Amino acid sequence: MFTASQVLPNLFGGGGDSISQILSMLFYVVFIVFLFYGQRIQMYVMIREVEGSLFKLKYIKEEGRKITIETIKEIGKPQTDPSARVDRYLEYFTIAPQSMDPAGIVYKLDHILDVRDTRLKDEVKLMAPASDEVQVNNLENTLEAAMALNFIYKVVRHYYIQGKKTLSLYIIMQLQMILPLVMKEAEAYASALKAFADGQPIGDGAGPLVAAKLMHGYETRKVPKDCVVATVPIEGRTALIIKAEGPGGNVGKPGDAVQAVIEENEGKIANVIMIDAGLKLEGETVGEVAEGIGAAIGGPGVDQFKIEETVVKYQIQLNAVIVKEDIGDAVSPMRKEISDSADMVIERVKNVILERTKEGDKIIIVGVGNTIGIGQ
Amino acid sequence: MSENSSSATTKISTYLMSIVLLVLGMSIVALILAVNFYPSDVSMALYLLVIGLIAMGLSVYILLQSRKRAASMKIEAPKVMTTVECRKCGIKNVREFQRGDFIFKDLEACQKCNDNMIITAIYKEVKEKEKTYGV
Repeated sequence: MFTASQVLPNLFGGGGDSISQILSMLFYVVFIVFLFYGQRIQMYVMIREVEGSLFKLKYIKEEGRKITIETIKEIGKPQTDPSARVDRYLEYFTIAPQSMDPAGIVYKLDHILDVRDTRLKDEVKLMAPASDEVQVNNLENTLEAAMALNFIYKVVRHYYIQGKKTLSLYIIMQLQMILPLVMKEAEAYASALKAFADGQPIGDGAGPLVAAKLMHGYETRKVPKDCVVATVPIEGRTALIIKAEGPGGNVGKPGDAVQAVIEENEGKIANVIMIDAGLKLEGETVGEVAEGIGAAIGGPGVDQFKIEETVVKYQIQLNAVIVKEDIGDAVSPMRKEISDSADMVIERVKNVILERTKEGDKIIIVGVGNTIGIGQ
Repeated sequence: MSENSSSATTKISTYLMSIVLLVLGMSIVALILAVNFYPSDVSMALYLLVIGLIAMGLSVYILLQSRKRAASMKIEAPKVMTTVECRKCGIKNVREFQRGDFIFKDLEACQKCNDNMIITAIYKEVKEKEKTYGV
């Protein structure tokens, strides 16, 4: 029989010198700790990772606030310090209409968005009294980007604290898993902030850029809401080109504009072609042009609904051309690839016109997106 | 508000820094002890050398990582270019973006033909190429 004094040294490292026994013992301790506390250790590693990102988000948010206040002071020349008003603005929220009975919800949402837009514009005018219409639009966009950064930071912080309080692996795990996408979006907004403050065109302006290239040199008139339309002859057809009124940061309401132009022409429109920036999948090239069917327009869906309703009423064909880009490209200064793709889009639009309409037809071409830094 | 946040960020980095410096100091002590032990107890010197080197490596790595993190915190404004063109004689000029520039803005008269020059493009150039992952 073996005694304990004979077995233990063999168990912890083969009975060699004391240092090798200590190391073997250490190995067993680590093994047992990981066996029972592995998940907890994994959670602490995740918490640490989330914490790092949260600090970065806080930094980005604070920088955003600083850039916004500096821009307001520089452009708007306010009499008092706008910081308190900016902080109040960053906390603004919008309550979506009740959807238990969904009938008529689009128009309720439309009204709420209109009220929000007017309210925010009025706030900007109060913050920056010396700014003109274009600058008010740019400042509003800057503040919206700062608002988005503030919101992202607060939501991530909420789940981080909740995860730490409850020590729930699943809350922390979910947060840690989506964090790379959240960070990408936050970095995009940070980049957008600077672009908005300076009035630079952004990737989302691909549609308005094409429309501006088509209508440049022709007379324009305003259509509701915040949009312009120009009548341009293209390939023997009459094209009514619509875009948001630039060069201030503005997306307009293309739904209302398309509806108004179709009604003006008593529905005698052969084709509606919409041009917009489309979200690319990983692996696709930035600035790639694709063609399809349907209303190419993002946002809360109000404009898409109005366009679809009108084209169905008059049985008008609806085509779309998109310029592919990712979320980061869409809200940051326009990349050269996107700027260069405008001519390719024009060629594709002309092809659609030649293939899908007859000579003498009237068509509508809509450049959808934020027209910041793009005139007409 | 902003002051609070920056102090919170520095508080964390100071805490991290003190731990790293402590480990770095201990690793140096271990290396000195390894030298002292060398002729008399070779195995102990070897253990201390290994422990000292690992600790030193780890602390240097954490220091470099925290520096990298601080660098990635900066919001870098990309260089945005403006293309100015004369539609009549085709003269093209690319310059850095200035506040107030917008596409189709009329600028000063062209030096060659006296026609108005206009801004035809505003864009940023992205230098790094996207990875294709071989698929």
